[in-house]
Amino acid sequence: MRRVIIILSILVFAVVSSQAQGFQNFLDKSEVHGSFEFDGAYYIADDAIGFSEEDWIKGQPFRFNGFGKIVYTNGGFSAGLRYEAYLPPLLGYDQDLEGQGFPNIWASYTHEKFSFTVGSFYEQFGNGLTLRSFEEWMLGYDNAINGARIVYEPIKGLRFKGIYGVQRYYWYKWEPNTRGIVKGLDGELDFNQVFRGMADSKVRFTFGLSAVSKYQVDDMKELNLPENVSNIGARFNMGIGKFNINTEYAWKVNDPSVLNNFIYKDGQAWMLSLTYSTKGFGFFGMFKRYDNVSTKSDRYVTNNALDVTFLPPNTEIHTYMLTSMYPYATQPNGEIGFQFQVNYKIPKKSKLGGKYGMGIAVNYSQVNDIARDSVAYVDAFGVPAEGIGQPGSKGWTSPFFKFGDPVFWQDLNIEIDKKFSKKLKGSLLYMYQTYNIEVLEGHPEDGPIVYANIAVLEMTYKFTSKHALRWELQGLWTEQDDGNWAAALLEYTISPNWFIAVFDQWNYGNPEKEFQNHYYNVSFGYTRRTTRLSINYGRQREGIVCVGGVCRVVPASNGFYFTLSTNF
Amino acid sequence: MYLRAVLKIDWNYFKTRYMKKLIILFFAVILGAFVVAQETDYNQLPSVNVRTIEGESFNTKDIYNDGNPILISFWALWCKPCKKEMDAYNEVYEDWQEETGVKIYAVSIDDSRSTTKVAPFVNGKAWEMEVLLDPNGDFKRAMNVNMIPHTFLLDGKGNIVYQHTSYYEGLEDEIYELVEKVAAGESISNN
Repeated sequence: MRRVIIILSILVFAVVSSQAQGFQNFLDKSEVHGSFEFDGAYYIADDAIGFSEEDWIKGQPFRFNGFGKIVYTNGGFSAGLRYEAYLPPLLGYDQDLEGQGFPNIWASYTHEKFSFTVGSFYEQFGNGLTLRSFEEWMLGYDNAINGARIVYEPIKGLRFKGIYGVQRYYWYKWEPNTRGIVKGLDGELDFNQVFRGMADSKVRFTFGLSAVSKYQVDDMKELNLPENVSNIGARFNMGIGKFNINTEYAWKVNDPSVLNNFIYKDGQAWMLSLTYSTKGFGFFGMFKRYDNVSTKSDRYVTNNALDVTFLPPNTEIHTYMLTSMYPYATQPNGEIGFQFQVNYKIPKKSKLGGKYGMGIAVNYSQVNDIARDSVAYVDAFGVPAEGIGQPGSKGWTSPFFKFGDPVFWQDLNIEIDKKFSKKLKGSLLYMYQTYNIEVLEGHPEDGPIVYANIAVLEMTYKFTSKHALRWELQGLWTEQDDGNWAAALLEYTISPNWFIAVFDQWNYGNPEKEFQNHYYNVSFGYTRRTTRLSINYGRQREGIVCVGGVCRVVPASNGFYFTLSTNF
Repeated sequence: MYLRAVLKIDWNYFKTRYMKKLIILFFAVILGAFVVAQETDYNQLPSVNVRTIEGESFNTKDIYNDGNPILISFWALWCKPCKKEMDAYNEVYEDWQEETGVKIYAVSIDDSRSTTKVAPFVNGKAWEMEVLLDPNGDFKRAMNVNMIPHTFLLDGKGNIVYQHTSYYEGLEDEIYELVEKVAAGESISNN
C-alpha cells in the first residue's frame, strides 16, 4: 500500500517536473471528466392522500439519492468510479438501496483491434433478448456486470464480444454459491462494410449471433434444478431502399424460478419490426411474442434487479401527466402483441398544413396473454394430473401465433401538432386505452380491466425570443379504478436559464367523495450550461414510473423535492 | 448527529475496501488537474460504437465536419422538450449550414423498445440532421450526460467548447450565436 503511494508520488513528480516531450504528450492526452446528481426530498405527512407518518415517513422526513462519477482518460485508456448514496432512499425506490459506497469501478483499454474492460461495465447484445446490462438513475435500476469484457474487431464491420462476471444486486456482495455467474459471446457481421462488392449496394445487411449462459448452484432439495442455463439468439437487420426489417429470435433452455413458478419449460422470444419511411412519411409495424422468458441471474429474486435479458415492451411511451396514469409493463411469462404507427407531415402551404405544415401521428398497440394448453405432470402425491404452470411440470404448450385471453393492453392514440404562427404552436392528443389492472398491478378488486378516454391539449406562446408560456389541459375519463381526472399546467420559461411551473391533477370523478383530491405542485428551476437546480413543492400522485420496460410504484406523497445535477 | 454516525461507521469499511483505489484515483486526478491547467480547451470525443438509422455500425471517433463547428444533441422519442429542440434546429438548419457550415448530430438514446421507430419518426418529421442510435446509452455515459436534452458544441478542431442541458423556447437563438462565434474562430469560454 505504502509502496504504491510512493511510486505514484514519484510518478506524479516526474511527470509534473519533466518537460520531456513524452511526458508532455502524456499530459496533453490526459482528461478528467465526471458528473454529479443529488435528488433530495423533505416529506410532509398528508392524511388526505393516505401519506401518513406511520406508514411512510417513519421518522425520516429527509431522504436523498445521489451519485458522483469521475472518469480519467488518456488516449485508449480510461478508468473511472461511481459513488452512490441513498440515505435513506427516496420513497418509491427499492428500500434495499439504502446505503452508500462505490458500486462501480472500472478500467478499460482499447488498442487497435482489441478492447478490454475490467470492473463494472454495461453491455447489450442485439436488442437485448439474450443480454443487456444497463442503469437507469430515475428508477434506481442498475444491473451492471462486474467482471471482464473483451471486444475484438479483426476487420471493420466484424465484431466479437465476450463477457464474464456477476451482476450488481443493490449493495449485496457476491459470494460463492449465491447469485449466478453470467457468461456471454456475441458476434456481428455487417455485410456492407466487410464485403467490398456490397459497399455501395442498395441492400444493407447485418447479421448477429449471441449465446449467454448463467450458472447458479442447485441448492434446492425438493427439485433437481439446472445449474447452467443458456440462451441463444440470432438476429438480422436488412434495409432495402426505404424499407427496413429488423428481427431477433432467442431460445433458452428450461429455467425454473420463483417468477415462472418453477416450471421446466424452455423459453422463446421473438420480435420483428418493419418500417417504411420517406421524407414526410413514416410507417412502423411490429410483432412480439414472449413465452416463459424471465431470466434473472438469481432464480429466487423477483424484484427489479439482476435481469440478464431485456424484454422491450411493445407499446408507445406516454409522458403527459394523465396519459402515463396506466403504463404497460412486459409480462415475461407470456405475452403476444403488435403495434403500428404512422407519422405524416402535411406539407407546408397546403390547405390543412398552412404556412408551417402539420404533423400527424397515429399509433395502435395491443398485447394479449399467449394461448396456453395444459400438460401432463405428476402431482405431489405421485398421482398423474393435467394442468397449466404447475411447479415441477413442463408448464404448458402454446400455439405460436394464437392470441390468448385475456387482453393485457390496448392503446389507440392520435396526435396532431401544428404551428400557427411564429409565436403560437400547439398539439392535441386523443387516446383510448384498455388496461388490465388485475394482471399489471395486481388489484383484482378494481378490475379486471380499466377502459379510459384521454385528451390532452398543449399550447406554447412565445412572447419574445426568450420568454415563453406553455400550458396543458388534460382529461381522463373512466368508469373504473379512481374514475375521472382533470389536469392543468402552466409553465413560464426564460431561455436559457429559468423556468417556473404550476400544475394540478384533480381526481374529481372519484366514486368516494373524500378521495376527490387535488394534487397541486409548484416547481422552479435554474439551469446554467450543464448545471441544473430545481425545487418542487406539492403532492405526488400514486402511480407507476416506467423507463424502458422496467417500472416502479411511487406512493402518493407530499413535500419538497430538490434536484441538483451537473457534469464537467 | 445522524450524519456523523453514518460517516463514522462507513469510514472503516471504506478504508478496507476502497482506500487504495481512491489514492490511485487521487493521483490520477492530480495528473488531470495539471492537464486542465495547461490545456484548458483541449478535449476529444470518446470512441464508442453506435449505429446510424440505416442500421450500420458507426464509431463516434468518426464524427467529423471538415473544420466546421459540430452540435451533438442527445434526445429520445419519449422526451418532449428534446423533440422540440430538434424541431427548432431543423427549421433553421439550412440557414445555419449556409452561414456557418455547422453539422448537427442528433443522438437518440431510445432503447430497443423503440430504436426501430426512430427512422420512420425522423423521416416523418423530415429532419435533415445526422441521426445516430445509442440504444444502451454507451455514448451518453461516455459523455457524462445525466439528463436529456443535452447539447454539446464542438469547434472546428473537435474540442467541446460549450454544453447545455434542458431546452426552453428560444434556446436555439442562444446556441446559434455561439455557433457563429465558433465558426469565426472566437473563444466562447466566458459564455
